[in-house]
Amino acid sequence: MLKLPVYLDNNATTPCDPRVVEAMIPYFTENFGNAASRNHPFGWAAEEAVDYAREQVAKLIGADPKEIIFTSGATEGDNLAIKGVYEMYASKGNHIITATTEHKAVLDTCKHIEKLGGEVTYLQVKRDGLIDLAELEAAIKPTTILISIMYGNNEIGVVQPVREISAIAKRHGVLFFTDGVQAVGKIPVDVIKDGIDLMAFTAHKMYGPKGIGALYVRRKNPRVKVTAQMDGGGHERGMRSGTLNVPGIVGFGKAAELARLEMDQDAKRLSGLRDKLESELLKLEEAYVNGNREHRLPHVTNISFKHVEGEGLLMGFNKNIALSSGSACTSASLEPSYVLKALGLGDDLAHSSLRFGLGRFTTEEQIDYTIEQVSKTVLKLREMSPLWEMYKEGIDLNSIEWAAH
Amino acid sequence: MAYSDKVIDHYQNPKNVGTLDKASKSVGTGLVGAPECGDVMRLQIEVDDETGVIRDAKFKTFGCGSAIASSSLATEWLKGKTVDQALAIDNMAIVEELNLPPVKIHCSVLAEDAIKAAINDYRVKNGMEQIKFEESIVH
Repeated sequence: MLKLPVYLDNNATTPCDPRVVEAMIPYFTENFGNAASRNHPFGWAAEEAVDYAREQVAKLIGADPKEIIFTSGATEGDNLAIKGVYEMYASKGNHIITATTEHKAVLDTCKHIEKLGGEVTYLQVKRDGLIDLAELEAAIKPTTILISIMYGNNEIGVVQPVREISAIAKRHGVLFFTDGVQAVGKIPVDVIKDGIDLMAFTAHKMYGPKGIGALYVRRKNPRVKVTAQMDGGGHERGMRSGTLNVPGIVGFGKAAELARLEMDQDAKRLSGLRDKLESELLKLEEAYVNGNREHRLPHVTNISFKHVEGEGLLMGFNKNIALSSGSACTSASLEPSYVLKALGLGDDLAHSSLRFGLGRFTTEEQIDYTIEQVSKTVLKLREMSPLWEMYKEGIDLNSIEWAAH
Repeated sequence: MAYSDKVIDHYQNPKNVGTLDKASKSVGTGLVGAPECGDVMRLQIEVDDETGVIRDAKFKTFGCGSAIASSSLATEWLKGKTVDQALAIDNMAIVEELNLPPVKIHCSVLAEDAIKAAINDYRVKNGMEQIKFEESIVH
C-alpha cells in the first residue's frame, strides 16, 4: 500500500521512532526530576536515566560516556566546539581551517571567529565535493589550532576522508573537529578509529527528538577542553551549563541505541532504494548526480535536471512528496545552494537540483511513486522550458547575452 | 510557502504554452531573465498588421510556479488587446490577480518586461522605433 504524503527530506529532520517516544514519556510526568537534584529520589531517577542515555550515545560512536556533553543540538555543538577551542587554545594560535561546503552553523561561527580577530582558511572542494588532502596539509601553519571538516554533507551526502584528515591533524599537533550530524547513526562512526577530537551531532537526524544533541570532547590522547559558551551551574563538566533536558536525553539515548543495532540493515535497504531511485531518474536526458557517488551516505542523492527549475519542479508534486531543492526560490536568500556552487556547478544547474533524503520509514512503493511523479513533472516542465527548446535546437545557451536582473 | 489557487491552476493547466514563428514579421519575441537567476521567460505575440490587435500569444518559461503562472496569465491578457493596450499592462496587476507574495513580485516584473520586449521586437521588425522603457524595479 502506498502511503502518502511521501517524506524524502530526512536530511532536514527525521520523524521520531515510536520506540523513542515510548521511552521518553515517563520522563515528562512521573520521573520529571532535575538530574542535578542530588538529595531526593526524583533527582536520582533523572540522573540515572541521563547516565544510561549517555552510555547509549557514547556507545554509538565508540566513546567513553564522560566524553559526551549534551547540548541543545548540533548548531550549539558546532558553536561550542569552534568558539570553545578558539578561546581555550588562544595561547597556541588563532588559525582555523574549514571548507566552503560546511553547514552554516560552522561557516557562520567561523565568520564570528574572524570578527574576533581569528584567521580562517576556507578550503575549496573538488568537483566531486571532497576536499583535497594535500591542500589541507599545505594550509596548516604554526598558528593553526583546529581543523573543522564535516563527516557527511547535508546537501549531497558526500563523506569526507575523515581518517586521512585526522592523521594529518595529528601529525601537525592540530585538533580535529567534525560536524557529524548527517553521518552519525547512518554509517559507522568511531571516534577512536577515526581519530576525532571533537564531534557535534544531534538526535533529530536519527529518529530522536528535536532540541537535544551532543558534543563529543576527547579526554585522552590528547585531553581536549573547550571554554564554555553558556555560563551557569557548571553542568556537563563545566562545559555546558543549563538544566539537562532529561526526556530529550532519554530519547536521544534510545535513538542512538536503535541506530547502532539497526544501522547495517537500514543502510543496506536504503542504499538499495536510493540506487533504484537514482538509476531510474538518470534515465531522463540531461540528469546528473551531484557529488561523489562512491564516498557517500547510503540514503542520499542530489540530482540536477537540466533546464528545469527546482522550485517549479517541486510544485508538480509537493502536495504528495516532501523534498528539498537547491534552487534559490525555495529559500529566502534568492541565492542557489552554495554547496552546489562550491562543486563548480553553474547557477543554472544549481537551480535545477533536487535533494532526496530517504529514511527508516521510506518504502519501496513510495520510491516507485516518486520516480513516476518526478519523471512526469520533469518532462512536462521541459515542454514549457525555453531553455530546453534552445538546447534541443542546438543553441549554445552560453552564447546568449542574458539580461542580468 | 503556500501558493494561491490561481497560481496552482496556471501551473497545472498553463495557457498558451508554445512557440510562434519568430522569423515572421508579424511575430514579436521577448526573451528575458537569465538561467543563473533561476528564471527565463520567452513570450511571443502575433499581431494583425491591419488592426494592431494581438491575435495570438505564446510563452515558454523556465522558473518557479509563480513565474510560470505570471507568463501564462500574461499571454491570456495579451490576446485580443491592441499593442498599445498591451503596453499598459502593469506588473502589479499580475501580482494582484495571482496573489503573489512579496518574494515573488520579481516574477511579475519579468512578465511585464517580456511583454515590452516582445512589443519592441515586433516594432523593430516593422520599421518602427523601439520604445525606451524606464528601468523596471531591481530584482
